[in-house]
Amino acid sequence: MESTILNKEDEKIIQIESTILNIDELSVSYGGDKYSIDKVSAGIQKNKITAIMGPSGCGKSTLLRAINRMHELYPETHHKGSITLGGEDIYKINPIQLRRKIGMVFQRPNPFPTMSIYDNVIAAYILNGIKLKRSEKNEIVERSLREVGLWDETKDVLHKRGTFLSGGQQQRLCIARALAYKPEVILLDEPTSALDPIATAKIEDLLVKLKKNYTIILVTHNMGQAARISDYSMFMYLGELVEYGKTKKMFTTPKDERTEAYLMGKFG
Amino acid sequence: MNISNSISQQKLKWRIFNDRLFSIVMMSLAFISALPLLSILYQLIKKGYKQIRLNFFIEVAPDTMEAMMAKVNHEIIPGGIANGIVGTLIIVGMASLIAIPLGLICGIYLSETSKGKMAGLVRFVVDMLQGVPSIVLGVIAYIWIVKPVTSGFSALAGSVALSIMMLPSIIRSTEETLKMIPSTLKEAALSLGVPYHRTIFKVLLPTGMSGIATGIILGISRIAGETAPLMLTALGSSAINLDITQPSSAIPLLVWEFYNDPNLIDLIWGASLILLLIIFLLNLGAKAIAKKWKVQY
Ligand SMILES: Nc1ncnc2c1ncn2[C@@H]1O[C@H](COP(=O)(O)OP(=O)(O)O)[C@@H](O)[C@H]1O
Ligand SMILES: [Mg+2]
Repeated sequence: MESTILNKEDEKIIQIESTILNIDELSVSYGGDKYSIDKVSAGIQKNKITAIMGPSGCGKSTLLRAINRMHELYPETHHKGSITLGGEDIYKINPIQLRRKIGMVFQRPNPFPTMSIYDNVIAAYILNGIKLKRSEKNEIVERSLREVGLWDETKDVLHKRGTFLSGGQQQRLCIARALAYKPEVILLDEPTSALDPIATAKIEDLLVKLKKNYTIILVTHNMGQAARISDYSMFMYLGELVEYGKTKKMFTTPKDERTEAYLMGKFG
Repeated sequence: MNISNSISQQKLKWRIFNDRLFSIVMMSLAFISALPLLSILYQLIKKGYKQIRLNFFIEVAPDTMEAMMAKVNHEIIPGGIANGIVGTLIIVGMASLIAIPLGLICGIYLSETSKGKMAGLVRFVVDMLQGVPSIVLGVIAYIWIVKPVTSGFSALAGSVALSIMMLPSIIRSTEETLKMIPSTLKEAALSLGVPYHRTIFKVLLPTGMSGIATGIILGISRIAGETAPLMLTALGSSAINLDITQPSSAIPLLVWEFYNDPNLIDLIWGASLILLLIIFLLNLGAKAIAKKWKVQY
Protein backbone atom coordinates (compact mmCIF):
# COMPACT_ATOMS: atom_id res chain seq x y z
CA MET A 1 0.00 0.00 0.00
CA GLU A 2 0.96 3.53 -0.64
CA SER A 3 1.05 4.52 2.99
CA THR A 4 3.64 1.90 3.90
CA ILE A 5 5.95 3.22 1.22
CA LEU A 6 5.54 6.71 2.58
CA ASN A 7 6.24 5.52 6.08
CA LYS A 8 9.46 3.86 4.98
CA GLU A 9 10.57 7.04 3.29
CA ASP A 10 9.70 8.99 6.39
CA GLU A 11 11.79 6.71 8.49
CA LYS A 12 14.79 7.17 6.24
CA ILE A 13 14.49 10.93 6.51
CA ILE A 14 14.19 10.67 10.25
CA GLN A 15 17.31 8.58 10.45
CA ILE A 16 19.30 11.08 8.44
CA GLU A 17 18.45 14.10 10.56
CA SER A 18 16.25 13.18 13.44
CA THR A 19 16.76 15.86 16.07
CA ILE A 20 15.38 19.16 14.85
CA LEU A 21 15.32 21.03 18.14
CA ASN A 22 17.86 20.54 20.83
CA ILE A 23 17.05 21.83 24.28
CA ASP A 24 20.10 21.93 26.50
CA GLU A 25 19.98 22.58 30.25
CA LEU A 26 17.27 25.19 29.75
CA SER A 27 16.08 27.10 32.80
CA VAL A 28 13.53 29.89 32.51
CA SER A 29 12.60 32.44 35.13
CA TYR A 30 9.82 35.03 35.08
CA GLY A 31 11.94 37.29 37.28
CA GLY A 32 14.23 36.97 40.27
CA ASP A 33 16.01 33.69 40.93
CA LYS A 34 12.97 31.42 40.99
CA TYR A 35 13.10 29.24 37.89
CA SER A 36 9.79 27.95 36.55
CA ILE A 37 11.58 25.28 34.57
CA ASP A 38 14.91 24.00 35.67
CA LYS A 39 17.69 22.50 33.54
CA VAL A 40 15.46 20.86 30.96
CA SER A 41 17.33 18.91 28.28
CA ALA A 42 15.68 17.12 25.38
CA GLY A 43 16.13 16.49 21.67
CA ILE A 44 12.89 16.95 19.77
CA GLN A 45 12.48 14.53 16.88
CA LYS A 46 11.67 15.78 13.44
CA ASN A 47 8.28 14.88 11.95
CA LYS A 48 7.11 13.40 15.22
CA ILE A 49 4.53 14.46 17.74
CA THR A 50 6.03 15.13 21.13
CA ALA A 51 3.59 15.49 24.00
CA ILE A 52 4.40 17.48 27.11
CA MET A 53 2.42 16.29 30.13
CA GLY A 54 2.37 17.13 33.78
CA PRO A 55 0.20 18.63 36.48
CA SER A 56 -0.92 22.20 36.17
CA GLY A 57 1.77 24.75 36.97
CA CYS A 58 4.67 22.35 36.31
CA GLY A 59 6.08 24.53 33.54
CA LYS A 60 4.66 22.96 30.36
CA SER A 61 3.60 26.28 28.85
CA THR A 62 6.81 27.92 29.96
CA LEU A 63 8.90 25.31 28.17
CA LEU A 64 6.72 25.52 25.05
CA ARG A 65 6.86 29.29 24.95
CA ALA A 66 10.61 29.32 25.43
CA ILE A 67 10.89 27.42 22.15
CA ASN A 68 9.55 30.34 20.09
CA ARG A 69 10.58 32.93 22.66
CA MET A 70 7.01 33.96 23.43
CA HIS A 71 7.91 33.93 27.13
CA GLU A 72 9.86 37.10 26.45
CA LEU A 73 6.57 39.02 26.36
CA TYR A 74 6.99 39.23 30.10
CA PRO A 75 9.75 41.78 30.39
CA GLU A 76 11.50 40.31 33.43
CA THR A 77 12.08 36.84 32.05
CA HIS A 78 15.56 35.45 31.73
CA HIS A 79 16.96 32.05 30.90
CA LYS A 80 20.01 29.86 31.18
CA GLY A 81 20.99 27.08 28.83
CA SER A 82 20.22 26.94 25.13
CA ILE A 83 17.89 25.77 22.40
CA THR A 84 19.05 25.12 18.88
CA LEU A 85 16.86 24.78 15.82
CA GLY A 86 18.64 22.79 13.11
CA GLY A 87 21.91 23.60 14.88
CA GLU A 88 21.25 27.33 15.11
CA ASP A 89 20.96 28.99 18.53
CA ILE A 90 17.39 30.34 18.66
CA TYR A 91 18.39 33.06 21.08
CA LYS A 92 20.67 34.45 18.39
CA ILE A 93 17.91 34.51 15.78
CA ASN A 94 15.68 37.56 15.73
CA PRO A 95 12.52 36.45 17.60
CA ILE A 96 10.38 37.72 14.72
CA GLN A 97 12.27 35.50 12.24
CA LEU A 98 12.21 32.62 14.69
CA ARG A 99 8.45 32.74 15.14
CA ARG A 100 7.99 32.48 11.41
CA LYS A 101 9.83 29.15 11.59
CA ILE A 102 8.11 27.96 14.77
CA GLY A 103 4.36 28.52 14.70
CA MET A 104 2.07 28.42 17.70
CA VAL A 105 -1.52 27.45 18.48
CA PHE A 106 -3.16 28.45 21.72
CA GLN A 107 -5.50 26.98 24.26
CA ARG A 108 -8.53 29.02 23.21
CA PRO A 109 -9.13 29.47 19.49
CA ASN A 110 -8.14 33.05 18.75
CA PRO A 111 -8.85 33.98 15.14
CA PHE A 112 -8.49 37.71 14.49
CA PRO A 113 -12.03 38.95 15.06
CA THR A 114 -11.86 41.77 12.52
CA MET A 115 -10.71 39.49 9.71
CA SER A 116 -12.51 37.13 7.36
CA ILE A 117 -11.72 33.43 7.29
CA TYR A 118 -9.68 34.08 4.14
CA ASP A 119 -7.67 36.89 5.73
CA ASN A 120 -7.17 34.91 8.91
CA VAL A 121 -5.39 32.18 6.98
CA ILE A 122 -2.99 34.64 5.36
CA ALA A 123 -2.85 36.87 8.44
CA ALA A 124 0.89 36.30 8.77
CA TYR A 125 1.39 37.83 5.32
CA ILE A 126 -1.14 40.62 5.77
CA LEU A 127 0.11 41.67 9.19
CA ASN A 128 3.73 41.49 8.15
CA GLY A 129 2.98 43.70 5.17
CA ILE A 130 4.04 41.06 2.63
CA LYS A 131 2.32 41.73 -0.68
CA LEU A 132 1.05 38.68 -2.52
CA LYS A 133 -0.64 38.28 -5.86
CA ARG A 134 -4.28 37.36 -5.77
CA SER A 135 -3.46 33.91 -7.18
CA GLU A 136 -0.76 33.33 -4.56
CA LYS A 137 -3.15 34.26 -1.80
CA ASN A 138 -5.85 31.96 -3.15
CA GLU A 139 -3.34 29.15 -3.36
CA ILE A 140 -2.08 29.59 0.20
CA VAL A 141 -5.60 29.84 1.56
CA GLU A 142 -6.75 26.73 -0.23
CA ARG A 143 -3.64 24.72 0.61
CA SER A 144 -3.70 25.69 4.29
CA LEU A 145 -7.42 25.11 4.72
CA ARG A 146 -7.14 21.76 2.95
CA GLU A 147 -4.26 20.81 5.23
CA VAL A 148 -6.50 21.30 8.26
CA GLY A 149 -9.56 19.75 6.63
CA LEU A 150 -11.51 22.98 6.68
CA TRP A 151 -11.65 23.73 2.98
CA ASP A 152 -14.89 21.95 2.16
CA GLU A 153 -16.66 23.50 5.13
CA THR A 154 -15.54 27.05 4.47
CA LYS A 155 -14.87 27.44 0.75
CA ASP A 156 -18.22 29.15 0.23
CA VAL A 157 -18.02 31.45 3.26
CA LEU A 158 -14.41 32.59 3.06
CA HIS A 159 -15.45 36.22 3.30
CA LYS A 160 -17.22 35.69 6.61
CA ARG A 161 -15.60 36.51 9.91
CA GLY A 162 -13.46 33.77 11.41
CA THR A 163 -15.32 34.12 14.69
CA PHE A 164 -18.46 32.95 12.89
CA LEU A 165 -17.17 29.37 12.90
CA SER A 166 -17.68 26.80 15.65
CA GLY A 167 -15.00 26.40 18.32
CA GLY A 168 -13.45 23.35 16.69
CA GLN A 169 -13.47 24.99 13.26
CA GLN A 170 -11.94 28.13 14.74
CA GLN A 171 -9.14 26.09 16.23
CA ARG A 172 -8.48 24.42 12.88
CA LEU A 173 -8.50 27.86 11.31
CA CYS A 174 -5.86 28.91 13.84
CA ILE A 175 -3.78 25.88 12.90
CA ALA A 176 -4.18 26.82 9.22
CA ARG A 177 -3.05 30.32 10.08
CA ALA A 178 0.05 28.92 11.75
CA LEU A 179 0.74 26.68 8.73
CA ALA A 180 0.37 29.37 6.08
CA TYR A 181 3.97 30.45 6.59
CA LYS A 182 5.21 26.85 6.28
CA PRO A 183 6.93 26.72 9.64
CA GLU A 184 9.24 23.85 10.56
CA VAL A 185 7.80 23.30 14.01
CA ILE A 186 4.31 23.84 15.41
CA LEU A 187 3.77 24.35 19.11
CA LEU A 188 0.32 23.69 20.51
CA ASP A 189 -0.61 24.58 24.08
CA GLU A 190 -3.58 22.46 25.18
CA PRO A 191 -5.27 23.11 21.82
CA THR A 192 -8.32 20.98 22.58
CA SER A 193 -9.03 21.86 26.18
CA ALA A 194 -11.80 24.28 25.17
CA LEU A 195 -13.36 21.88 22.65
CA ASP A 196 -15.95 19.13 22.73
CA PRO A 197 -14.94 15.47 22.18
CA ILE A 198 -15.87 15.40 18.49
CA ALA A 199 -13.93 18.55 17.68
CA THR A 200 -11.08 17.20 19.80
CA ALA A 201 -10.99 13.96 17.82
CA LYS A 202 -10.84 15.92 14.57
CA ILE A 203 -7.90 17.96 15.78
CA GLU A 204 -6.13 14.82 16.94
CA ASP A 205 -6.56 13.18 13.53
CA LEU A 206 -5.35 16.36 11.94
CA LEU A 207 -2.19 16.51 14.03
CA VAL A 208 -1.34 12.94 13.10
CA LYS A 209 -1.66 13.88 9.43
CA LEU A 210 0.35 17.04 9.85
CA LYS A 211 3.41 15.36 11.30
CA LYS A 212 4.31 14.21 7.82
CA ASN A 213 5.29 17.77 7.00
CA TYR A 214 5.85 19.39 10.35
CA THR A 215 7.35 18.69 13.73
CA ILE A 216 4.70 18.96 16.39
CA ILE A 217 5.06 19.70 20.08
CA LEU A 218 1.84 19.41 22.00
CA VAL A 219 1.17 20.39 25.59
CA THR A 220 -1.72 18.37 26.89
CA HIS A 221 -3.39 17.82 30.20
CA ASN A 222 -5.08 14.82 28.70
CA MET A 223 -3.08 11.63 29.06
CA GLY A 224 -5.36 9.78 26.68
CA GLN A 225 -4.57 12.33 24.01
CA ALA A 226 -0.84 11.94 24.52
CA ALA A 227 -1.21 8.15 24.37
CA ARG A 228 -3.34 8.28 21.24
CA ILE A 229 -1.34 10.58 19.05
CA SER A 230 2.14 11.29 20.34
CA ASP A 231 5.31 9.46 19.39
CA TYR A 232 7.36 10.86 22.24
CA SER A 233 6.28 12.08 25.63
CA MET A 234 7.73 14.30 28.28
CA PHE A 235 6.56 14.23 31.83
CA MET A 236 7.27 17.39 33.81
CA TYR A 237 6.91 17.93 37.49
CA LEU A 238 7.63 21.11 39.47
CA GLY A 239 9.66 22.60 36.63
CA GLU A 240 11.74 19.50 36.14
CA LEU A 241 11.70 17.23 33.11
CA VAL A 242 11.24 13.96 34.93
CA GLU A 243 11.03 11.63 32.01
CA TYR A 244 11.26 11.81 28.25
CA GLY A 245 11.01 8.96 25.79
CA LYS A 246 8.88 6.98 23.38
CA THR A 247 5.26 7.37 24.38
CA LYS A 248 4.49 3.66 24.23
CA LYS A 249 7.39 2.86 26.47
CA MET A 250 6.57 5.59 28.93
CA PHE A 251 2.95 4.55 29.26
CA THR A 252 3.79 0.88 29.71
CA THR A 253 7.01 0.96 31.68
CA PRO A 254 7.64 4.41 33.17
CA LYS A 255 11.12 4.78 34.60
CA ASP A 256 10.35 7.30 37.32
CA GLU A 257 7.87 6.66 40.10
CA ARG A 258 6.48 10.20 39.75
CA THR A 259 5.65 9.48 36.12
CA GLU A 260 3.99 6.29 37.19
CA ALA A 261 1.98 8.06 39.85
CA TYR A 262 0.88 10.70 37.33
CA LEU A 263 -0.11 8.12 34.75
CA MET A 264 -2.15 6.34 37.38
CA GLY A 265 -4.00 9.57 37.99
CA LYS A 266 -2.51 10.45 41.33
CA PHE A 267 -1.84 14.12 40.47
CA GLY A 268 -4.39 16.68 39.37
CA MET B 1 -35.40 23.14 50.21
CA ASN B 2 -38.93 24.46 50.37
CA ILE B 3 -38.29 28.06 51.18
CA SER B 4 -41.54 29.32 49.70
CA ASN B 5 -43.49 27.30 52.22
CA SER B 6 -41.67 28.82 55.12
CA ILE B 7 -42.62 32.32 53.96
CA SER B 8 -46.22 33.07 54.69
CA GLN B 9 -48.60 34.08 51.93
CA GLN B 10 -48.86 37.49 53.54
CA LYS B 11 -45.15 38.10 53.37
CA LEU B 12 -45.03 36.97 49.77
CA LYS B 13 -47.68 39.49 48.76
CA TRP B 14 -45.80 42.20 50.59
CA ARG B 15 -42.65 41.31 48.68
CA ILE B 16 -44.37 41.40 45.34
CA PHE B 17 -45.93 44.74 46.24
CA ASN B 18 -42.54 46.00 47.31
CA ASP B 19 -40.98 44.94 44.03
CA ARG B 20 -43.66 46.71 42.04
CA LEU B 21 -43.40 49.84 44.16
CA PHE B 22 -39.67 49.84 43.67
CA SER B 23 -39.86 49.65 39.90
CA ILE B 24 -42.54 52.35 39.78
CA VAL B 25 -40.41 54.67 41.91
CA MET B 26 -37.39 53.93 39.72
CA MET B 27 -39.30 54.67 36.56
CA SER B 28 -40.70 57.92 37.93
CA LEU B 29 -37.27 59.06 39.04
CA ALA B 30 -35.83 58.22 35.64
CA PHE B 31 -38.61 60.19 34.01
CA ILE B 32 -38.08 63.16 36.33
CA SER B 33 -34.38 63.28 35.49
CA ALA B 34 -35.24 63.20 31.79
CA LEU B 35 -37.72 66.06 32.22
CA PRO B 36 -35.27 68.96 32.03
CA LEU B 37 -33.88 67.59 28.77
CA LEU B 38 -37.35 67.17 27.31
CA SER B 39 -38.42 70.64 28.36
CA ILE B 40 -35.24 72.18 26.94
CA LEU B 41 -35.88 70.43 23.66
CA TYR B 42 -39.51 71.56 23.70
CA GLN B 43 -38.55 75.18 24.36
CA LEU B 44 -35.88 75.21 21.69
CA ILE B 45 -38.11 73.71 19.05
CA LYS B 46 -41.06 75.91 19.93
CA LYS B 47 -39.10 79.12 19.85
CA GLY B 48 -36.46 78.18 17.28
CA TYR B 49 -38.17 76.29 14.50
CA LYS B 50 -39.31 79.44 12.70
CA GLN B 51 -35.73 80.63 12.31
CA ILE B 52 -34.56 77.41 10.76
CA ARG B 53 -34.78 77.82 7.03
CA LEU B 54 -32.13 77.33 4.37
CA ASN B 55 -30.78 80.88 4.95
CA PHE B 56 -30.10 79.95 8.52
CA PHE B 57 -27.38 77.59 7.34
CA ILE B 58 -25.88 79.59 4.48
CA GLU B 59 -26.00 83.21 5.67
CA VAL B 60 -23.85 84.83 8.30
CA ALA B 61 -25.30 86.34 11.45
CA PRO B 62 -27.09 89.64 10.89
CA ASP B 63 -25.87 92.83 12.51
CA THR B 64 -27.96 94.50 15.14
CA MET B 65 -29.41 97.13 12.72
CA GLU B 66 -30.71 94.56 10.23
CA ALA B 67 -32.28 92.61 13.06
CA MET B 68 -33.88 95.73 14.52
CA MET B 69 -35.41 96.69 11.19
CA ALA B 70 -36.86 93.24 10.73
CA LYS B 71 -38.31 93.34 14.22
CA VAL B 72 -39.89 96.71 13.65
CA ASN B 73 -41.49 95.38 10.47
CA HIS B 74 -42.59 92.19 12.26
CA GLU B 75 -40.52 90.08 9.92
CA ILE B 76 -38.36 87.10 10.67
CA ILE B 77 -34.84 88.21 11.53
CA PRO B 78 -32.70 87.77 8.40
CA GLY B 79 -29.37 85.96 8.18
CA GLY B 80 -28.22 82.80 9.83
CA ILE B 81 -25.35 81.18 11.63
CA ALA B 82 -23.16 80.09 8.71
CA ASN B 83 -20.12 81.82 10.21
CA GLY B 84 -20.68 79.89 13.43
CA ILE B 85 -21.22 76.53 11.69
CA VAL B 86 -18.10 76.91 9.56
CA GLY B 87 -16.12 78.12 12.57
CA THR B 88 -17.26 75.22 14.73
CA LEU B 89 -16.42 72.73 11.97
CA ILE B 90 -12.94 74.17 11.53
CA ILE B 91 -12.13 74.64 15.20
CA VAL B 92 -13.51 71.27 16.29
CA GLY B 93 -12.04 69.52 13.24
CA MET B 94 -8.61 70.90 13.93
CA ALA B 95 -8.90 70.13 17.64
CA SER B 96 -9.66 66.52 16.67
CA LEU B 97 -6.67 66.41 14.33
CA ILE B 98 -4.46 67.44 17.23
CA ALA B 99 -6.10 65.39 19.97
CA ILE B 100 -6.82 62.07 18.22
CA PRO B 101 -3.26 61.03 17.36
CA LEU B 102 -1.91 62.27 20.69
CA GLY B 103 -4.72 60.64 22.63
CA LEU B 104 -4.39 57.34 20.76
CA ILE B 105 -0.67 57.13 21.34
CA CYS B 106 -1.06 58.04 24.98
CA GLY B 107 -3.90 55.54 25.44
CA ILE B 108 -1.91 52.78 23.74
CA TYR B 109 1.06 53.57 25.95
CA LEU B 110 -1.05 53.35 29.10
CA SER B 111 -2.77 50.13 28.06
CA GLU B 112 0.57 48.51 27.28
CA THR B 113 2.26 49.79 30.44
CA SER B 114 0.10 48.90 33.37
CA LYS B 115 2.86 49.36 35.90
CA GLY B 116 5.72 51.83 36.20
CA LYS B 117 6.30 55.34 37.49
CA MET B 118 5.99 57.08 34.14
CA ALA B 119 2.63 55.44 33.36
CA GLY B 120 1.37 56.33 36.84
CA LEU B 121 2.39 59.93 36.31
CA VAL B 122 0.69 60.09 32.92
CA ARG B 123 -2.49 58.59 34.39
CA PHE B 124 -2.43 61.16 37.19
CA VAL B 125 -1.95 64.03 34.75
CA VAL B 126 -4.80 62.78 32.57
CA ASP B 127 -7.10 62.58 35.58
CA MET B 128 -6.13 66.08 36.63
CA LEU B 129 -6.66 67.36 33.11
CA GLN B 130 -10.19 66.02 33.17
CA GLY B 131 -10.91 68.31 36.11
CA VAL B 132 -9.35 71.50 34.74
CA PRO B 133 -12.09 74.08 34.12
CA SER B 134 -12.44 74.83 30.43
CA ILE B 135 -11.88 78.55 30.96
CA VAL B 136 -8.45 77.74 32.36
CA LEU B 137 -7.64 75.80 29.20
CA GLY B 138 -8.68 78.93 27.33
CA VAL B 139 -6.19 80.95 29.36
CA ILE B 140 -3.48 78.40 28.63
CA ALA B 141 -4.17 78.48 24.89
CA TYR B 142 -4.15 82.26 25.09
CA ILE B 143 -0.68 82.20 26.63
CA TRP B 144 0.64 79.47 24.31
CA ILE B 145 -0.88 80.45 20.99
CA VAL B 146 -2.69 83.79 20.92
CA LYS B 147 0.27 85.79 22.14
CA PRO B 148 3.35 84.04 20.73
CA VAL B 149 2.11 82.12 17.66
CA THR B 150 -0.76 83.89 15.94
CA SER B 151 -0.17 87.26 17.64
CA GLY B 152 -3.87 87.75 18.02
CA PHE B 153 -7.06 85.78 18.59
CA SER B 154 -7.32 82.81 16.25
CA ALA B 155 -9.22 79.66 15.39
CA LEU B 156 -5.98 77.74 15.96
CA ALA B 157 -5.81 78.90 19.57
CA GLY B 158 -9.40 77.77 20.06
CA SER B 159 -8.55 74.37 18.61
CA VAL B 160 -5.60 73.96 20.93
CA ALA B 161 -7.75 74.76 23.97
CA LEU B 162 -10.44 72.31 22.86
CA SER B 163 -7.94 69.62 21.93
CA ILE B 164 -6.59 69.61 25.47
CA MET B 165 -10.15 69.24 26.65
CA MET B 166 -10.71 66.24 24.39
CA LEU B 167 -7.55 64.42 25.35
CA PRO B 168 -8.64 62.76 28.60
CA SER B 169 -11.70 61.10 27.13
CA ILE B 170 -9.78 59.82 24.11
CA ILE B 171 -6.90 58.57 26.23
CA ARG B 172 -9.14 56.85 28.73
CA SER B 173 -11.43 55.22 26.22
CA THR B 174 -8.45 54.00 24.19
CA GLU B 175 -6.77 52.61 27.28
CA GLU B 176 -9.90 50.92 28.61
CA THR B 177 -10.89 49.49 25.23
CA LEU B 178 -7.46 48.06 24.52
CA LYS B 179 -7.24 46.55 27.98
CA MET B 180 -10.48 44.67 27.37
CA ILE B 181 -9.05 42.88 24.33
CA PRO B 182 -7.94 39.38 25.32
CA SER B 183 -4.15 39.10 25.43
CA THR B 184 -4.44 35.97 23.30
CA LEU B 185 -5.03 38.12 20.21
CA LYS B 186 -1.81 39.95 20.76
CA GLU B 187 -0.05 36.65 21.34
CA ALA B 188 -1.56 35.24 18.16
CA ALA B 189 -0.10 38.09 16.15
CA LEU B 190 3.30 38.01 17.82
CA SER B 191 3.48 34.24 17.36
CA LEU B 192 3.10 34.80 13.62
CA GLY B 193 6.29 36.82 13.70
CA VAL B 194 4.45 40.12 13.49
CA PRO B 195 6.53 42.94 15.02
CA TYR B 196 5.18 44.62 18.12
CA HIS B 197 4.24 47.96 16.53
CA ARG B 198 2.39 46.22 13.71
CA THR B 199 0.58 44.05 16.21
CA ILE B 200 -0.68 47.18 17.90
CA PHE B 201 -1.68 49.08 14.80
CA LYS B 202 -2.96 46.19 12.69
CA VAL B 203 -4.53 43.94 15.31
CA LEU B 204 -5.26 45.71 18.57
CA LEU B 205 -6.43 49.07 17.20
CA PRO B 206 -8.78 47.60 14.57
CA THR B 207 -10.17 45.18 17.14
CA GLY B 208 -10.83 48.01 19.57
CA MET B 209 -12.01 50.40 16.87
CA SER B 210 -15.60 50.53 18.03
CA GLY B 211 -14.76 51.52 21.61
CA ILE B 212 -12.06 53.95 20.54
CA ALA B 213 -14.21 55.65 17.90
CA THR B 214 -17.03 55.95 20.38
CA GLY B 215 -14.70 57.65 22.85
CA ILE B 216 -13.47 60.03 20.17
CA ILE B 217 -16.96 61.01 19.06
CA LEU B 218 -18.11 61.54 22.62
CA GLY B 219 -15.03 63.69 23.12
CA ILE B 220 -15.96 65.74 20.06
CA SER B 221 -19.53 66.13 21.23
CA ARG B 222 -18.24 67.34 24.58
CA ILE B 223 -16.18 70.14 23.08
CA ALA B 224 -18.58 71.14 20.32
CA GLY B 225 -20.64 73.21 22.74
CA GLU B 226 -17.77 74.77 24.68
CA THR B 227 -17.94 78.54 24.89
CA ALA B 228 -15.68 79.86 27.62
CA PRO B 229 -12.31 78.74 26.20
CA LEU B 230 -13.28 80.09 22.77
CA MET B 231 -13.98 83.55 24.18
CA LEU B 232 -10.32 83.81 25.13
CA THR B 233 -9.00 82.30 21.93
CA ALA B 234 -11.14 82.29 18.78
CA LEU B 235 -12.99 85.40 19.97
CA GLY B 236 -15.65 85.43 17.24
CA SER B 237 -16.06 86.87 13.78
CA SER B 238 -19.00 88.30 11.89
CA ALA B 239 -17.77 86.82 8.63
CA ILE B 240 -16.99 83.28 7.55
CA ASN B 241 -13.29 82.86 8.11
CA LEU B 242 -11.21 80.01 6.71
CA ASP B 243 -7.84 81.31 7.89
CA ILE B 244 -6.94 79.48 11.08
CA THR B 245 -4.62 82.26 12.22
CA GLN B 246 -7.52 84.72 12.28
CA PRO B 247 -10.37 85.11 14.76
CA SER B 248 -13.28 82.82 14.05
CA SER B 249 -16.85 82.43 15.08
CA ALA B 250 -18.39 79.25 16.45
CA ILE B 251 -22.00 78.29 17.18
CA PRO B 252 -21.71 78.61 20.97
CA LEU B 253 -19.95 81.98 20.55
CA LEU B 254 -22.88 83.15 18.42
CA VAL B 255 -25.35 82.07 21.09
CA TRP B 256 -23.43 84.18 23.54
CA GLU B 257 -23.35 87.16 21.16
CA PHE B 258 -27.08 86.87 20.46
CA TYR B 259 -27.75 86.77 24.17
CA ASN B 260 -25.91 90.04 24.66
CA ASP B 261 -27.78 91.89 21.95
CA PRO B 262 -31.47 92.63 22.62
CA ASN B 263 -32.12 92.84 18.87
CA LEU B 264 -30.61 89.45 18.18
CA ILE B 265 -31.82 87.62 21.23
CA ASP B 266 -34.52 85.75 19.31
CA LEU B 267 -31.81 83.99 17.30
CA ILE B 268 -30.62 82.18 20.40
CA TRP B 269 -33.24 79.49 20.02
CA GLY B 270 -32.45 78.48 16.49
CA ALA B 271 -28.71 78.54 17.09
CA SER B 272 -29.02 76.50 20.29
CA LEU B 273 -31.27 74.01 18.58
CA ILE B 274 -28.72 73.44 15.82
CA LEU B 275 -25.96 73.05 18.37
CA LEU B 276 -28.01 70.57 20.35
CA LEU B 277 -28.91 68.64 17.21
CA ILE B 278 -25.25 68.39 16.22
CA ILE B 279 -24.40 67.02 19.65
CA PHE B 280 -27.36 64.61 19.54
CA LEU B 281 -26.29 63.35 16.15
CA LEU B 282 -22.73 62.83 17.35
CA ASN B 283 -24.02 60.83 20.29
CA LEU B 284 -26.30 58.78 18.09
CA GLY B 285 -23.40 58.21 15.71
CA ALA B 286 -21.27 57.03 18.62
CA LYS B 287 -23.98 54.57 19.62
CA ALA B 288 -24.40 53.31 16.07
CA ILE B 289 -20.66 52.82 15.66
CA ALA B 290 -20.38 51.06 18.99
CA LYS B 291 -23.03 48.65 17.80
CA LYS B 292 -22.02 48.25 14.18
CA TRP B 293 -18.27 47.91 14.65
CA LYS B 294 -18.49 45.78 17.73
CA VAL B 295 -16.27 42.75 17.33
CA GLN B 296 -16.87 39.46 18.97
CA TYR B 297 -13.79 37.67 20.23
N1 LIG C 1 3.74 35.46 33.53
C1 LIG C 1 4.21 34.79 34.61
N2 LIG C 1 4.81 35.47 35.60
C2 LIG C 1 5.28 34.84 36.68
N3 LIG C 1 5.19 33.51 36.88
C3 LIG C 1 4.60 32.77 35.93
C4 LIG C 1 4.07 33.38 34.73
N4 LIG C 1 3.56 32.41 33.97
C5 LIG C 1 3.73 31.26 34.65
N5 LIG C 1 4.37 31.47 35.83
C6 LIG C 1 4.74 30.45 36.81
O1 LIG C 1 5.55 29.49 36.19
C7 LIG C 1 5.20 28.20 36.61
C8 LIG C 1 4.89 27.32 35.42
O2 LIG C 1 3.73 27.85 34.77
P1 LIG C 1 3.22 27.25 33.40
O3 LIG C 1 4.39 27.06 32.50
O4 LIG C 1 2.14 28.12 32.93
O5 LIG C 1 2.65 25.84 33.86
P2 LIG C 1 1.68 24.84 33.08
O6 LIG C 1 1.53 25.32 31.68
O7 LIG C 1 2.36 23.54 33.20
O8 LIG C 1 0.41 24.84 33.82
C9 LIG C 1 4.03 28.32 37.56
O9 LIG C 1 4.52 28.23 38.89
C10 LIG C 1 3.51 29.71 37.32
O10 LIG C 1 3.05 30.29 38.50
MG1 LIG D 1 -0.22 25.99 30.64
